[in-house]
Amino acid sequence: MADVTPMKTPAEQALTAAYEAARGKLVGKGALADLRADAFQRFEASGLPHRRVEEWKYTDLRMLMREAYPLAPAPDAAAKARAKEAGQILAGVDCRRLVFVDGAFAPELSDLTPEAGLTVGSLAEALANTGNLGDALVAEHVGKTFATEDMAVALNTAFMGDGAVIRVADDTTLQRPIHLVFASGSDKPSASFVRSLVVIGKGAQVTIIEDHDSSEAQVNAVLELVVGDDAKADYYKITRAKALHVASLLASVGAGAMFDTFAFTSDSGVVRNQHFIRFAGEDTQGNIRGVSLLRGKEHVDTTLLIDHAAGHCASREQFKAVLDDQSHGVFQGKIVVEPHAQKTDAKMMTRALMLSDEAESDNKPELEIFADDVACGHGATASALDPGLMFYLMSRGIGAKEAESLLIQSFIGEALEEIEHEGIREALTFAAVRWLGARG
Amino acid sequence: MSFLEIKNLHVEVEDKKILKGLTLTVEKGQVAAIMGPNGSGKSTLAYVLAGKPGYQITEGDILLNGESILEMAPDERAAKGVFLAFQYPVEVPGVATMTFLRTSLNAQRKTRGEGEVSTPEFMKLVRETSAHLGISADMLKRGVNVGFSGGEKKRQEILQMAVLQPRLAVLDETDSGLDIDALKVVADGVNRLRSPERSMIVITHYQRLLNYIVPDVVHVMAKGKVVRTGGKELALELEAKGYAEYVGEAA
Repeated sequence: MADVTPMKTPAEQALTAAYEAARGKLVGKGALADLRADAFQRFEASGLPHRRVEEWKYTDLRMLMREAYPLAPAPDAAAKARAKEAGQILAGVDCRRLVFVDGAFAPELSDLTPEAGLTVGSLAEALANTGNLGDALVAEHVGKTFATEDMAVALNTAFMGDGAVIRVADDTTLQRPIHLVFASGSDKPSASFVRSLVVIGKGAQVTIIEDHDSSEAQVNAVLELVVGDDAKADYYKITRAKALHVASLLASVGAGAMFDTFAFTSDSGVVRNQHFIRFAGEDTQGNIRGVSLLRGKEHVDTTLLIDHAAGHCASREQFKAVLDDQSHGVFQGKIVVEPHAQKTDAKMMTRALMLSDEAESDNKPELEIFADDVACGHGATASALDPGLMFYLMSRGIGAKEAESLLIQSFIGEALEEIEHEGIREALTFAAVRWLGARG
Repeated sequence: MSFLEIKNLHVEVEDKKILKGLTLTVEKGQVAAIMGPNGSGKSTLAYVLAGKPGYQITEGDILLNGESILEMAPDERAAKGVFLAFQYPVEVPGVATMTFLRTSLNAQRKTRGEGEVSTPEFMKLVRETSAHLGISADMLKRGVNVGFSGGEKKRQEILQMAVLQPRLAVLDETDSGLDIDALKVVADGVNRLRSPERSMIVITHYQRLLNYIVPDVVHVMAKGKVVRTGGKELALELEAKGYAEYVGEAA
């Protein structure tokens, strides 16, 4: 069947208009401008991804993105004031806060205390300047961490405005986690395209948190993460995004590294979290995890592409979702083991707890194995609260409502218990308990 | 008035008749053993007393202290003093045993209109009982029953019983899956909870348990009814002769 280009949706038309209008103003020249133009052409050719694009089958952006909000203006004082409340989920954790308001770096809200081995800058600055470290780093890595045809990443490349550029020198152990807070400050619906780059040197130890706390803003975020050999990198993604939110992690992990990720999503509208992770060196251990809490008509999609490109790596993918009301949870996890990646040990598990008959959970685990000496497996469950457990708790005197709460907490707790950082674990546990407390 | 009165109880599970006119009374402070062949309805009786969903009571009544409990949810029955020690205790990952004990006790107390238990008092009770039952402090911190052996789970049930101080304890095949040492520890834990204020129903297939928990009265169940009642010597007779006579009789 011939691939007929369908009529453009209003959102697609708005994106085209926005690109035409912004083209002259978007930072970056030469190769970068070409990169943008290329990416946009691909969007022009295929439009927003929809249900007939396999990777987007359950998150049909053409349907879900009714309109494209205008690009956010540079934040004014009022916007910055509104953004101060963002990221409070980790208020009790001693972090280095770097704040972005409507996608733009806000140095005056950020902690720029110098630390040996750490370089912090903004993407807009790096793209505009020439000759400094940021620019060299950007030229070396942006768009090259993980090659993908993904349309959300392409749109981000076309429109990327600002974001964090962080370099951690070899053998540096950062004293505090880096908390990247992406806040919405504009009081009008607006869109931002943030692109961050984090390059972690050999043997360095870093905890980085990408925290999106946005109200009525459409956000397309990409974080490119390069983890050096023998490094220990912990990456957290916290999402509470009321409007449309699409975030892509593009990660390349070196040899002998420890790489843990945890994605926590709650109180959101439509979220798509994509993790593209390549194990590029041997003997690396990865734990890719997450918890999503959904209610109302919320839609949260977790899509993984785990590429075992080198042998002797172990990865564990564990995701949990709690679905209430008419919410819709999606988990797609693909593990690819390349031909030479012998002795790969990969296990993926996803579990959905269904609290309502009207909630929907779609699980699509996939293994693509091209090597012959590997141990790979996956499992997926979707179930209601166990009546046997309910009866056990109630037979001890615990009321139905409290028993339900305890069991949901237990389901979430099992996943949160795995978080190594005590402060973050406690903060997310508290957030989960609060979410439960708000359950009608 | 007997503390527990079960009158002509008929119970169905998924349209299958399990209890067929069971009548039984248990006095205050009495330890009653219920013995019987597999499929006689012993575990069904235990679940029906605790209020497990899915059991249809088509006829009869259960009175606790003169009050019908049929319409009560399991948690309300627990607050009235009913406790079931499960044959197969379930694992509750992510809920620490200590938290579970305290939550259960306080929930019951709240339903009864009593205040929360004081922390030192609670800790003392849990520590002492755990020591008797050979339950380590580490096990109390772990998720309820998670990764425990069959014997450890049974000890946890007795610990819960000691903390909740029920007025009617129903022990459903507490001896199943226990070796003789574990059986003695569990029986010792149960015996320490014997009191003139507490009635117990000890359900078992074998006489062995009753060497350690000596009953005041033994009831034999077959085909969904109590078919014979006697003293503790009846257990020995059953051990010697088996249940063949009762299986035939009620057929």
